[in-house]
Amino acid sequence: MRAMFRTSYAQDLLLARSPAAWGWYGLLMLVLLAIPHVLGEFYVGEMAGVFVFAIAGVGLMLLIGYTGLVSLGHAAFLGIGAYTNAILLTKGVPFIFSLPAAGLLTALFGVLIGIPTLRMSGLYLAIATLAFGSIVGIVLEKWHGLTGGFDGLAVPTPAIFGYVIEGRTGVYYLSLAILVAVLLVAMNILRSPLGRAMVAIRDSEISAQSMGIHLAFYKTVAFAISAGITGLAGAAYGHYTNYLAPDGFGILLSIQLVTIVFIGGLGSLHGAIFGAIFISMLPQAIALSRDSLPFGIGRLPGLEPSLFGIILVLVIMFEPAGINGRWLKAKRWFGEFPLHRRAAFRRQKSYAKSERLR
Amino acid sequence: MDELVRLLQLAINGTAAGCIYGLVALGFVLIYKATEMVNFAQGELMMLGAFFAYTFIGMWGLNYWAGFALAIAATAAFGYALDAVVLRRVIGQPQFAVVMLTLGLAFIFRAVAGAVWGYDSVGFLTPFTNKVADFGGGVILGQDNVSIIVGTVILCAVLYVFFSRTPLGIAMQASSQNQLAAYYMGIPVRTVFSLIWAISAGVSAVAAVLLVPVSMIDVNMGILGFKAFAAAVLGGFGSIPGALVGGIIVGITEQFAGRFLPAGSMELTSNIVLLGVLIVWPQGLFGQVIRKRV
Repeated sequence: MRAMFRTSYAQDLLLARSPAAWGWYGLLMLVLLAIPHVLGEFYVGEMAGVFVFAIAGVGLMLLIGYTGLVSLGHAAFLGIGAYTNAILLTKGVPFIFSLPAAGLLTALFGVLIGIPTLRMSGLYLAIATLAFGSIVGIVLEKWHGLTGGFDGLAVPTPAIFGYVIEGRTGVYYLSLAILVAVLLVAMNILRSPLGRAMVAIRDSEISAQSMGIHLAFYKTVAFAISAGITGLAGAAYGHYTNYLAPDGFGILLSIQLVTIVFIGGLGSLHGAIFGAIFISMLPQAIALSRDSLPFGIGRLPGLEPSLFGIILVLVIMFEPAGINGRWLKAKRWFGEFPLHRRAAFRRQKSYAKSERLR
Repeated sequence: MDELVRLLQLAINGTAAGCIYGLVALGFVLIYKATEMVNFAQGELMMLGAFFAYTFIGMWGLNYWAGFALAIAATAAFGYALDAVVLRRVIGQPQFAVVMLTLGLAFIFRAVAGAVWGYDSVGFLTPFTNKVADFGGGVILGQDNVSIIVGTVILCAVLYVFFSRTPLGIAMQASSQNQLAAYYMGIPVRTVFSLIWAISAGVSAVAAVLLVPVSMIDVNMGILGFKAFAAAVLGGFGSIPGALVGGIIVGITEQFAGRFLPAGSMELTSNIVLLGVLIVWPQGLFGQVIRKRV
């Protein structure tokens, strides 16, 4: 275990904790850039899917993991982003404008839904966003003139300055670029006063308020940023699937997005990435192992959702810090290898805490 | 007159649907009041209750009332075990972690029910199926809907007496108001919590059996839980009369929207009503606003 000594307050504000971390991130970036030249088309496509979910995961992590607001309607923002981008592209708007427009319009929707709903807290917010999500889903289905209804909408191939973003490799690099940009934005937000205010609101609304944090303003901003990032993810999602159908943006997708945040580990950007990897790889892993499972378990129709449910239950029961928590523990175990203390990770005995008082 | 009767029937149908939502919402509220957990698998508990009833009545050919009682008992036992094995371990975790946990449980229940009972819609005959009750004056209602409303009223009366008159019910109220004080008074709080889960599961089994004459049983009927959740929130989470009123509001809104508005706007309307109510009353209709002292 490498000890962290802080010698100045400026160190608290650094983007990465140590120069070594930058080295590791750089190495990861090089590997990711090289992957399309090494791996086959199929794996590149799968990785692009991971990136798309990771973008949305980062957006939702800012909201749930850092501001403590729960949204069960983020699939709607994903849908709004995807349709905005696709419709603008169809109308001949260049991609460099349609992508930010998708993000901005979604953020605007975030503000619109945020202003009235953020007076609610906890459950009330969750159900209000759930209702909003299902309203958007129905509008996407019924507004035939705009979205093509159940006929779906083909997403045109984007181009930046004449360079056409084609095929899985193109989508891979596009979503990787968006993900890196979004991660940088999120990291910078988190070390700014805005991010600190968000964390303060998450930890205690009352103490945040007494420190002079304007709750409604910061909650709305957090909601807008989260929605905007999810909108960008939606735009990337449109190019990933090439084809938009309105029934894809329902409650199930919202639940999946929230699961990314929970399985990955609340309150860490790493967690959003881990969660996205998990969510997009699980169906593939099941498909690959389907034939090798004994007793015909692999042929049960409900296998995927039940496995999804079992993993969710086990993670929340036994590792509330998610995959990221497990990763930190593993790192620490190896760091202090022969001298590992047994009780290092024993969880505190917890008691029922009331959330009725806020 | 004719139009009036039709409106009345629509209102009764809506009330019947609303009673089902209200009963499932009651399950949510009972658990929430006592343990501050939100059980998103409530709709799935109802689904399991329906399948238990189907097993006893439809498959084994038991008498309707005996099967009804057995189904309630089986679902209640399941609810007790669920709390004792799973939910007791996550006490003290953030509220929404528990919501996600129960969502996971809901996925599991659905898959297990599909594996055990199959994915086809099933049903069984009840004493109320396809019979009408004539109230005179041209008011003719299906006995199925009437039975739902009557059943709900009876169940609510029983629960009211239970919670206000019996020692166990009062112990439950005590542990929901202040866990620590309840412990000091010698109430076995953990057992009481599990019993509350059992009651809540039992209530959803009643909802399931009452629902059988009007709707088929299948693996996806738990989706109804989302509407019930909306009803519970509408009434102000944590208020028992609120849950029933919220359920009836959702039910009646749906019926009238389905009748007077263009097709497909039923779901849209109920969501808009929900969102509107929450925007005007952010704590729900009967919600208590408690301020924290600092």
